[in-house]
Amino acid sequence: MYHAIVFFPLLGAIIAGLFGRSIGARASEYVTCGLMVIAAFLSWISFFQVALGHGDLIRIEVLPWIVAGTLNIDWAFRIDTLTAVMLVVVNTVSCLVHIYSIGYMHHDPSRPRFFSYLSLFTFAMLMLVTSDNLVQMFFGWEGVGLASYLLIGFWFKKPSANAAAIKAFIVNRVGDFGFSLGIFGIFVLFGSVSFDVIFAGTADFMPAAEARNADAFFEFFGVEMDKGDALTTVCLLLFMGAMGKSAQFLLHTWLPDAMEGPTPVSALIHAATMVTAGVFLVARMSPIFELSTDALTVVTIIGAVTAFFAATVGLVQNDIKRVIAYSTCSQLGYMFVALGVGAYGAGIFHLFTHAFFKALLFLGAGSVIHAVSDEQDMRRMGGLRKHIPITYWMMIIGTLALTGFGIPFTPIGTAGFISKDAIIESSFIGNNPAAGFAFVMLVVAAMFTSFYSWRLIFMTFHGKPRASSDVMHHVHESPLVMLAPLYILAAGALFAGMIFIGNFFGHHYEEFWNGALYTLPDNHIVHEFHNVPAWVKLSPFVAMALGFLVAWQFYIRSPETPKALAAQHNGLYKFLLNKWYFDELYDLMFVRSSKWLGHFLWTKGDGWLIDGFGPDGIAARVHQITNRIVRLQTGYLYHYAFAMLIGVAALVTWMMLGSAV
Amino acid sequence: MTDWPILSVATFVPLVGVLLILLIRDDSETGRRNIRNVSLIVTTFNFLFSLFIWANFDDSKVGFQFVEQAQWLGEGISYHMGVDGISVLFVVLTAFLMPLCILASWESVQHRVKDYMIAFLILETLVIGAFCALDIVLFYVFFEGGLIPMYLIIGVWGGKRRIYAAFKFFLYTLVGSVLMLLAIMAMYWNSGTTSIPDMLAHDFPANMQIWLWLAFFASFAVKLPLWPVHTWLPDAHVEAPTAGSVVLAGILLKLGGYGFIRFSLPMFPIASVELWPLIFTLSVVAIIWASLVALMQDDVKKLIAYSSVAHMGYVKMGIFSANAQGVNGAIFQMLSHGLVSAALFLCVGVIYDRMHTREIAAYGGLVNNMPKYAAVFLVFSMANIGLPGTSGFVGEFLVLIGAFQVSSWIAILATLGVILSAGYMLWLYRRVIFGPLEKESLKSLLDLSQREKVLLYPLAALIIFFGVYPLPVFDVTAVTVDALINNYNAALEAANGLALAD
Repeated sequence: MYHAIVFFPLLGAIIAGLFGRSIGARASEYVTCGLMVIAAFLSWISFFQVALGHGDLIRIEVLPWIVAGTLNIDWAFRIDTLTAVMLVVVNTVSCLVHIYSIGYMHHDPSRPRFFSYLSLFTFAMLMLVTSDNLVQMFFGWEGVGLASYLLIGFWFKKPSANAAAIKAFIVNRVGDFGFSLGIFGIFVLFGSVSFDVIFAGTADFMPAAEARNADAFFEFFGVEMDKGDALTTVCLLLFMGAMGKSAQFLLHTWLPDAMEGPTPVSALIHAATMVTAGVFLVARMSPIFELSTDALTVVTIIGAVTAFFAATVGLVQNDIKRVIAYSTCSQLGYMFVALGVGAYGAGIFHLFTHAFFKALLFLGAGSVIHAVSDEQDMRRMGGLRKHIPITYWMMIIGTLALTGFGIPFTPIGTAGFISKDAIIESSFIGNNPAAGFAFVMLVVAAMFTSFYSWRLIFMTFHGKPRASSDVMHHVHESPLVMLAPLYILAAGALFAGMIFIGNFFGHHYEEFWNGALYTLPDNHIVHEFHNVPAWVKLSPFVAMALGFLVAWQFYIRSPETPKALAAQHNGLYKFLLNKWYFDELYDLMFVRSSKWLGHFLWTKGDGWLIDGFGPDGIAARVHQITNRIVRLQTGYLYHYAFAMLIGVAALVTWMMLGSAV
Repeated sequence: MTDWPILSVATFVPLVGVLLILLIRDDSETGRRNIRNVSLIVTTFNFLFSLFIWANFDDSKVGFQFVEQAQWLGEGISYHMGVDGISVLFVVLTAFLMPLCILASWESVQHRVKDYMIAFLILETLVIGAFCALDIVLFYVFFEGGLIPMYLIIGVWGGKRRIYAAFKFFLYTLVGSVLMLLAIMAMYWNSGTTSIPDMLAHDFPANMQIWLWLAFFASFAVKLPLWPVHTWLPDAHVEAPTAGSVVLAGILLKLGGYGFIRFSLPMFPIASVELWPLIFTLSVVAIIWASLVALMQDDVKKLIAYSSVAHMGYVKMGIFSANAQGVNGAIFQMLSHGLVSAALFLCVGVIYDRMHTREIAAYGGLVNNMPKYAAVFLVFSMANIGLPGTSGFVGEFLVLIGAFQVSSWIAILATLGVILSAGYMLWLYRRVIFGPLEKESLKSLLDLSQREKVLLYPLAALIIFFGVYPLPVFDVTAVTVDALINNYNAALEAANGLALAD
């Protein structure tokens, strides 16, 4: 069954990719979608068996891969609850996006290629989440990166799409640089890269273990470390990989640009699945992260800063997809905060619910873009509510879930309400040094989230139409093949939180996770996060309400206010609009400087220094000397005679002096 | 299997081909076609024969197999051939790439076809001979002999600046080999033998090892090539005809790496330990320097040539990590790079044959009318970047994990190359393949021809196959490499014991 789940998408990708031209676009769509439906269905079965049925951990070996000395890596599946949850998320969203794309892409001439890439992406993502060791995970990790590169650059005629594709790949590579060093470090510390061996080997690294601070020294990067520090270093390196993939602060710059890809791609890759791979990595490695408070503190800080930073940028963006992209970035920050304070269940739960409502928002935005003839700028939308009512209501559901709408002090609310509040409450009682900071950041970010989400709704659907009458004339509701996936996702966005909270982060935590998420014995956050003061529970709700009211004031009641405010605080506005100037800074620091250095090394290093003093220089000297010798041979007899005379004189002198001594 | 000279057959079959070609006197179109056909048949036969060697190679045995020995010059120097787990796959790689080279020159070489094919066949003999030779003098003869046909291939069939490039190539390699010859003589005086297996068992005195090591280093470093003696490579590649670049990158560079594994590491272990900081530093400089320079190239072939320099940096680093991951990784990296760089140069050849320019700026938007070409080029680019699932990843990963155990700083810097390689390859890919098809001259280009498909598809398939299932390679190398590492460590311990006893 697991072979089918993982390899059916690959099969679809191969069929559509290699034979797409001969079997035609329609057949490619049916094949890939059909295989995806089967895979998604099987994933749910697996979810019921392994996660809800409390089944045992399943290991399936597929093929041996790399064997060198003591390093032994297999292609193998490891199915536990964490994997089962990810399988459900990935395959469900992927399946819906495949179906949605039939409608969304129906104008595009290269649909077989598009569906092939989508399925290829799904395959790589499945390899990532089912992996049994870090290296196979790295395979999936880079595989999704490749698929993302291909899909962002899908419209390869657009220079901006090509640039965004390259940027995504390279920024991710920076993260992967850390990830691969982390893998090497893990191999040095544990002698293996397989999860079973690593998790079994953590006994020596327990904070209480004698051996941890004893004589066992490692030398990493020129610094002598005990086991605890070495572990922290490795965790931070792995986290660097997670930061790249999950677009966390400092390595986030690729995600907004990735919106150049077709919208279904943004929904699948850049909202629901690939970007959560970093969260998955940290959760998967919870047995070692949990042992390093320092590493978890860093995770918390980065998560909190990302949540805040991305939300501030989201406030002023005008491109409908970029707003949602920054919101994704921000929500990923929430997940990392949850992991950082030790509430792994809450982090994964938010990942699970976020997949539904964020995919819903993106596909809804796709439906809007489809309706207004591929316009993405919200300043040229407005007043669409009457024309595309179904899309409108779907977007409202997504927004309610994203902003965390629910009834405080009761377990009733949208998916986002339940999972996000669990994170905020956990961060309040979390016992690492950054938890308090994270709590404040998250509450503020919740307010911003609410503001920009409603701003999006108001600018797009309310007010007077700002599009040209030509465009407005063509506005139409999307076909059923695009709306049906929205219904399913909307159901998830509304109810997934209430249904599953008990399992993911509640009374059934132990049985549900069954050891897939590791927590130290003194980590009781699952049981304690409910026992927080009432004002803490209320604070995200208040923040949300505040955000909504301000948005309503700004964009419904007096639409002139935001412009006046922007003019008044022009510097701040520009700073936010230009995304804190990260792109400009990185361009100067890394892109230009390496180009300059490359040019310098080429012309000066290779050309002037090595060739100049090496082969060319020697050749030139030889040439010069022979030239001089040639010049001596003038051909005039008296020159030769003169030279001979001097020679004879010298000889005679030397003999006289010599004999005199 | 050892009762008939199986390796000699593999080595000298191409010479039979040369004889056959010499018989074809007629220089008409038919004559040339016959010459091409003969070359293709002979090299293909030799490839199949090398597969036969691989199939009969016993993975579990340490030491040399299919050994042949005969008196040659005087007392000591003999004609001595044999392969072990390190060399056998290089023989297969050489035999595999040769038919591709012949096929790649099918249409692009019209001038002096006969001489061209003869040069390639002789080159095959010399290279396979170098990988099989078990007598150091014999090795030297084959190793240096390979210079001459390559020199001619660049100098006669090359581009505009071919003479400069050929001389640069020749001078660099010659200087290195003179030093190696001196070292070989010194080794003979010290050990009293020229047989490689006997030398492997001989302990060279510690102070002598340093000098011998440096002399061998001079030769192999130029071949590999190592920074700062790498500048001949970009020039040679740029001027060489496509098939010449394929042989140069695919096979000749590997002779340097092979030399390090065969001679420097096992014969001079003490020197290798003392000098590893030098090697590691030079390798890291090579990786970063060459990658940065590659970033700024505007000539496709030069870019790939610089990327070869960077990739060979990993090879050296792996070898001198002197652990199972590093050495296995280095061997794998060499084999993989043999396929990947060959494939990339063939890809350049495809567009060069159509447009007769290597300027990156002359291209753009090729995906629009050459989708098949774009697809295979993507596979090769990704393999060059070291994407997992392609053969490029396996070698690079093992080398880095091997180097990390020796020095984490070096591994960090070398891993930076992973980011840079993505930079220059993707940028190249974008400028050549993506974008709108705007240039008039490109609009009429046709996608891959049947012949080009035969060249490129198998390479793409092999690159992915070995990326997913590299065990056929590791099965062959594992035992030999383990023995090599054990001997190396034993020699070091013995030396330490001596030092303590003093």
